[in-house]
Amino acid sequence: MEKKEIPQWAHLKIPPIDYQDIIYYSAPKQKATLNSLDEIDPELKKTFDKLGIPLEEQKQLSGVAVDAVMDSVSVKTTFKENLANLGIIFCSMSEAIREHPDLIKKYLGSVVPYTDNYFAALNSAVFSDGSFVYIPKGVRCPMELSTYFRINAANTGQFERTLIIADEDAYVSYLEGCTAPMRDENQLHAAVVELVALKNAEIKYSTVQNWYPGDKNGKGGIYNFVTKRGICKEENAKISWTQVETGSAITWKYPSCILKGDNSVAEFYSVAVTNNFQQADTGTKMIHIGKNTRSRIISKGISAGQSQNSYRGLVKIMKNADNARNYTQCDSMLMSDRCGAHTFPYIEIDNQTAIAEHEATTSRIGEDQIFYCNQRGISTEDAVGLIVNGYAREVLNQLPMEFAVEAQKLLQISLENSVG
Amino acid sequence: MLTIKNLKAQINGKPILKGINLEVKPGEVHAIMGPNGSGKSTLASVLAGRENVEVTGGEVTFMGINLLELPPEERARMGIFLGFQYPVEIPGVSMVSFMRTAVNEMRKYRNLPPFSSSDFLKYMREKKELVEIDTQLTNRSVNEGFSGGEKKKNEIFQMAMLEPKLAILDETDSGLDIDALRVVANGVNKLKRPDTATIVITHYQRLLDYIVPDIIHVLYNGQIVKTAGKELALELEEKGYDWIKKEFQN
Repeated sequence: MEKKEIPQWAHLKIPPIDYQDIIYYSAPKQKATLNSLDEIDPELKKTFDKLGIPLEEQKQLSGVAVDAVMDSVSVKTTFKENLANLGIIFCSMSEAIREHPDLIKKYLGSVVPYTDNYFAALNSAVFSDGSFVYIPKGVRCPMELSTYFRINAANTGQFERTLIIADEDAYVSYLEGCTAPMRDENQLHAAVVELVALKNAEIKYSTVQNWYPGDKNGKGGIYNFVTKRGICKEENAKISWTQVETGSAITWKYPSCILKGDNSVAEFYSVAVTNNFQQADTGTKMIHIGKNTRSRIISKGISAGQSQNSYRGLVKIMKNADNARNYTQCDSMLMSDRCGAHTFPYIEIDNQTAIAEHEATTSRIGEDQIFYCNQRGISTEDAVGLIVNGYAREVLNQLPMEFAVEAQKLLQISLENSVG
Repeated sequence: MLTIKNLKAQINGKPILKGINLEVKPGEVHAIMGPNGSGKSTLASVLAGRENVEVTGGEVTFMGINLLELPPEERARMGIFLGFQYPVEIPGVSMVSFMRTAVNEMRKYRNLPPFSSSDFLKYMREKKELVEIDTQLTNRSVNEGFSGGEKKKNEIFQMAMLEPKLAILDETDSGLDIDALRVVANGVNKLKRPDTATIVITHYQRLLDYIVPDIIHVLYNGQIVKTAGKELALELEEKGYDWIKKEFQN
């Protein structure tokens, strides 16, 4: 890691980080034996209540299996037996390393090697836990798998590691949601997520990310420097990333796909909201290697306050990727006249038969639209919520139902008092 | 119901309304006519509370309350409805969720519980039948990709949903073919009640064949220069606005 440098190319101003001042491992204060989700930290529940989705109700309603990561040790794993009957492995990374060393040895670090970048190296050196999923051949995972990450103790860097493998003809939908309570010190989060989809397999990975963004003066907040990458390793594989990003003081995140297998498909759907002094530089990379591979990128940025919101995306079509196709749509919405929206698309094509399309728009939230809503009795806050959710509809539609509701409310909460 | 006294307003420092007086009583239909640029739409904007219009003098009371102090959403909840000359598109927001939010705001203001999903859909179906609006329209995003006629019909549908006390229709007839015009006018007539009032703002006499006003005002150069019964519309249709311009230019 010390051989590497912090990436400087992003449109971000990152204050110096004292890596000696970070606690790399902290166990939760609570005892690790919980009989039900009701016993989980009331702070976490409060946040969900505000979003209108109590955790336990969400669990009951939707049959979500929850592996809640509080600080660095998994404290709760449910539905494990049901899943085990199908041969599905859903457990903490520490358990997977003990119980399933063959899979770990074969796949851990195979998509994101420890040499990949500064933050991936940091994660690889110090990660203590995370989530592991393996879906065996021909199995369609019957429920949405979910992990709630949360930063709890003060000054705790979190270095989670996630590895999801879908074997031939398997399907899994995985949800990751993040919340954090108010915090003064900047906190570093450098997670690594790796997805491996084998022949005819499909992985759908959805994130609603709501980490503490700092106060309205830009003080505090989480630094989110995450490396997420999936590989469509064999033919007809499909990987779909969906992210709703509203949190973090600084976001540096590019969930990417390597389309190696012929006929494989990759998708990236993103809504990124920045308010006050938040900075986000996020997007995706689509690397087409196999023939007839297709990728689709839908990115919706929303900037408010004095924030800076950048889309950065790479579409790379390699020499042998005959008939590869990419469609990119990249929209930005501005809520104030002091914020910034930036688009940095990179397109590299080494194959004559490839087709790449790129569309981009930038718009200011319409006073006409807000007044129209006002005239129908809808307050300005609610109007902004409606308009923004309409703008992000295409992405929100990709989320599982119960997450979509939560995400909608989150967008509105994140943009409170932001029109101007 | 609505009393306007010596109302003056400007846009970007330019005076548009120069002392308007108007009294609207429950059950009445008023038509405000006048040539382009006379201040008709500005008057509608002032009543609805649009921010870009600055009121520089006079007063407006609605059911005894000073309207000018209230934000637009409060005025709407009190029962003022504006049918827009140019209805606004809100991409990705379905008519159902838009209307449900609006109707439930109205209900909250009137101390009624919010509609359940099934009650709301039933209510919406009834109103759609009442104003003879195409079912497909409410399955789409608010005004997105609607034709001119569809947008105006949609305004009347929203009016039916919100049951206003005072409806102000700003050039609702502009750009409509005769069928759409009939749907719009029928809607307005069906929604008319003894305790509600309507202000129809129009450039042409045509709409007034279908919506018969009790009183017609002619607005010219920021002032109401003539007030009469419905026969005035025919006179205007025959002679145009030129004679009024001539009469008041000096």
